[in-house]
This record gives sequence, structure tokens and C-alpha cells, in this order.
Amino acid sequence: MMRKLLVFIFLAVIAVALVATVLEMPPIGDPMNITNNEVPQRYLEDSLQETGALNVIASIITDYRAFDTLGEATVLFVAIAAAISNLKAH
Amino acid sequence: MEDIIVRYVTRIILPFVQLYGLYVVLHGHLSPGGGFSGGAIIGASMILYALAFNLSAGSKKLSHDVSSALESGGALLFAGMGIFAILLGTNFLGNKVAGIPIGTPGNLFSSGAIMIITFGVGVKVASTMITLFYSLIEGEDHSHDHD
Repeated sequence: MMRKLLVFIFLAVIAVALVATVLEMPPIGDPMNITNNEVPQRYLEDSLQETGALNVIASIITDYRAFDTLGEATVLFVAIAAAISNLKAH
Repeated sequence: MEDIIVRYVTRIILPFVQLYGLYVVLHGHLSPGGGFSGGAIIGASMILYALAFNLSAGSKKLSHDVSSALESGGALLFAGMGIFAILLGTNFLGNKVAGIPIGTPGNLFSSGAIMIITFGVGVKVASTMITLFYSLIEGEDHSHDHD
């Protein structure tokens, strides 16, 4: 009973924190949002000249942020290596 | 499992699925899609083949060693493009700044390193799906053998 009450209080604190965070978030689609800075503007305006790719998303994930994608591929590689080494072990 | 309908439909649909996956990978810099989604389509087509026919038929088409080598090769192609840009005298994974020709935007062979990296990621994701599927199925087979 005591444990359930503690869990309930803990979850309530987390819920209050999450709801407070959501209420503080900027409205969706507002042009004055801080995320609408020069970075996406540069991607949209200059990516064709700088990378030669029509697909802006491809130019972001495999050129501007290719290092991030390399990390993503590494995660995939390590995951499959761990899975195979576990499956082949027995 | 012997199912004539599944086998017949698979035989008809498989070339189109693989061609579409290859299209999504190779046009990653032109149209929606890219290495991850196109590789998932190609990997799913190989899984479909192994499910509709049987595992040994699937292994005959693409053996375990080949798919493991392709998986490492895709990742190495990605990292190799990064090292190649360093050898050309710029940052890791540089594209136009490294002097890689980007061609005419809109052509199939354009955008320099992006196309090669997308191809590498596509190969890697496809072979990852196939390798994981084979490993899971074979693991089950081995446990039966040991019993």
C-alpha cells in the first residue's frame, strides 16, 4: 500500500513536470519560433548549390549531418553484431 | 510450408519489389526515400523469398557469408567516403568542399558523395535485415538439432 502510494506520487511529479514542459513549448507553426533561425533557412536555400541534391532531406542526413548518420549506421552495425554473437553462442 | 498461392504470388511480385527498392535507394538524392527505406524494401523482399520458399532456397540466393560481407562493406563504404574526403584535404565526410564532382542537379549521377553514401546505407540496411532474419531462423533450427 505504502509502495503503491509512493509510486503514485512519483508518477504524479513526473506528470506535472511533463505537462509543465508541454505548456511552455512554443506554438506549432509560429514564424517567430526560435527553431526558425538561419539553419533551416540555409538548408532550404543553399542545399541545392552546396550539395547538388534535389532532396533536401537527403542532403541534410548524408551531407550536412553525415557524421550523425554514420553514428546511426554504427548503432545498427553494433546491434546486429551483438544479436548474431548471442544467437550463434549456443 | 507448402502453399502454392503464396509461392506463385511471391514469384510474380518479387522482381517488382526489388526493382522498387533499388529505385528508392538509387534515387535517394532526387526523390523521397533513401538508404534506410530502400534498403528495408530490398531486405523485406529477400525475407519474403525465404518465407515463401524455404530457408535453404533463400540461403542459396544470398548466403550468410555474402550478406555479412555486404553489411560490413556498406558501413565501410560510408566511412571510406569520409576518409576519402580527408585524403582530398578537407573535413571528414566533406562533399563539395572536398572537390567531389556534384554534377548537374536532377541527374541520376549527381550530388557526389550523397549518392555513394545512400547506396552504402541501402546495402547495409538490406543485408542487416537479411542477416538478422537468417540468424533468428537458423538459431531455431540449431536448437532443434541439439534436442
